[in-house]
Amino acid sequence: MADPMKIRAQMKGDVAEVRILMGHAMETGQRKDAAGKAIPAHFIQSMTVEVGGKKVVDGQIGTSISRNPVFGFKVKGAKAGDKVVVSWVDNKGDKRTDEAAVA
Amino acid sequence: MEMNVTRRTVLRGAGSLGALSALIMAGVLKPTAAYAAEWNKAAFEAKDTAGALKGMGAATTADSNDLMLKVPDIAENGAVVPVDVVSKIPNTSSIAILVEKNPQPLCAQFDFANGAMAEVSARLKMGQTSLVKAIAKADGKFYTAQKEVKVTVGGCGG
Repeated sequence: MADPMKIRAQMKGDVAEVRILMGHAMETGQRKDAAGKAIPAHFIQSMTVEVGGKKVVDGQIGTSISRNPVFGFKVKGAKAGDKVVVSWVDNKGDKRTDEAAVA
Repeated sequence: MEMNVTRRTVLRGAGSLGALSALIMAGVLKPTAAYAAEWNKAAFEAKDTAGALKGMGAATTADSNDLMLKVPDIAENGAVVPVDVVSKIPNTSSIAILVEKNPQPLCAQFDFANGAMAEVSARLKMGQTSLVKAIAKADGKFYTAQKEVKVTVGGCGG
C-alpha cells in the first residue's frame, strides 16, 4: 500500500552509515483541504532499524517530521553484507517493512 | 493440633505459590517480544516544550557542549529543515528533537542499542522561526542543546 522505502547502508571504516527515505504524507491534522475541512492526521508513529539481526534504533515519531521522512543513523560493528531491516507503523495502523544489505 | 499444622502448611504453600504466580505473571506481562517502543502520547501531544519534557520524564535538563546540534541558520523552506544531532556524552541511550514554537514541539525520539551511535539526522517541519532543541538521555540524566532557526516560509501548511 505505502511506497517502498529507500534504504542505503555503506561501511565507512567500522561504521555503517544508514540512510532511509520513507514515503509517507505525514499529515499533521492541521492542514485544510479546498473545502476548508481539516485533513485528518496521518503520520508514522514508530519505526525500528535492525542491522545484522539486532535492533539498533527504536524511534517514536511525531507530526513535526517532514513529509517523506529521511533519517540517518550510524552503527558501529556492522559489516558489509549485514542485513538492514527497517519497519514503520503509522497512527492508522498501516505498516511497512523493507530491507537492504550493507554495502 | 492437626488442623493448625494443616492450616499453617496450607498458608505457607499458598504464600509460596502466590509468589511464584506473581513472578510468572511478571514474566508473562513483561513485553519481551515488544517490537517498537510504545508511542509516548503525553509527550508528543504536549503543546509546549515543558509539557513534552515532562511527558518524557525529563524533570531537569543540563546544557551540554558535548551535544552537538547542526541546523541551518535560515530555513528557506519550513516544510523540510534538516537537522543533525550528535551526542558525545558517554552512555547516551536516546536523543529527542523538539521545535519550540511548533503546535506540538516534540518531533521524534530515538533509542539506540547494539552498536548504534548516538547520532541521528532528520528533517523537520517548522511553522515559524524557533529554537530547535536536542535532548540526550545518558545514565538516566537529560542534557540539552539548542539553536535558533529562522524560517522564511512556514512549513506547517498554514
